[in-house]
Amino acid sequence: MGGDAAGPVPMEGHDFALWEKRVDALMVLCSSKGHFTVDGLRRALEDMGEDAFEKHSYYERWIAAVNQNLVEGGVYTLEELATRMDEIAARGATYGEAARG
Amino acid sequence: MPHDHHDHDHDHDHDHHHHGLSPSGHPYRQDDDAPLTYWQRMEIAVRELLIEKGVTTAAEIAGQIDLMDSRSPANGAAVVARAWTDPAFKSRLLDNAGDASREMGFDIGPLHLIAVENTADTHNLIVCTLCSCYPRNLLGLPPDWYKTRAYRSRAVREPRAVLTEFGLDLPDSTTIRVHDSTADMRYIVLPARPAGTEDLTEAELAELVTRDCMIGTGLPRTPQTGATAG
Repeated sequence: MGGDAAGPVPMEGHDFALWEKRVDALMVLCSSKGHFTVDGLRRALEDMGEDAFEKHSYYERWIAAVNQNLVEGGVYTLEELATRMDEIAARGATYGEAARG
Repeated sequence: MPHDHHDHDHDHDHDHHHHGLSPSGHPYRQDDDAPLTYWQRMEIAVRELLIEKGVTTAAEIAGQIDLMDSRSPANGAAVVARAWTDPAFKSRLLDNAGDASREMGFDIGPLHLIAVENTADTHNLIVCTLCSCYPRNLLGLPPDWYKTRAYRSRAVREPRAVLTEFGLDLPDSTTIRVHDSTADMRYIVLPARPAGTEDLTEAELAELVTRDCMIGTGLPRTPQTGATAG
């Protein structure tokens, strides 16, 4: 997107939530263990299409890219992921309850 | 102090205890106090599966988060202050910023780190137009604005206008060099040492080095503004 027209740079920041820090940690750890490369993550991010940058936050896009690379790498299956995400939804209404800390 | 107008962390005009603000004065994102999201469920699921498959452990993840939390612009500031006081170190830094930073005990990882020096007639600005590549081992995680579409799009197209938004009005005679980072090649700006700092120690100098001046969207504090900055 370098060179595209855009509005003023938004200056507001936010404190990273625990789940965002965990996404960052998973990205670094899986990458250092050779489960994917930064290029693999980029490819997944680019494949999401331009509107993903408007609809989803930074770490939402990153967990999606990490997940896609891990599934493609055979670390776990899409079915395992879907089953687990359903189980997690049943644990509680907030992140703390669902993550069990 | 031109670099302070956007510095929410230190803006004492804000009421830090205002409802909806975190202890450091930042607004919470909506998803921090909203119900569990789809993406949070995905993070939990991916993390649990990785632990069960033996790829990583809960302790390793916690350790990585602690490591990232421990990295802050103070690391980069220490490197800059060393370069300001030790000409031989500065020369090594400009030759190979990764090796020079490792000398000071900072873990730079395998990436290639390049220090670009501001001079009397040249100002450097760093950006990652692709996503968010940033000298995170020396500065910590990038600020949100660094990752925005607006900054990434415009830094390479109209850097002077972007710098003006950060309160930095450089004379037309100053050359602005914009450095586009990649995953394997990161930049850090070596700002010019402020005038009137001849008597300061290396530690005192490091206090003048802000995060933004190492990105190029700011200048170091001067001893006068440094004394009043929160």
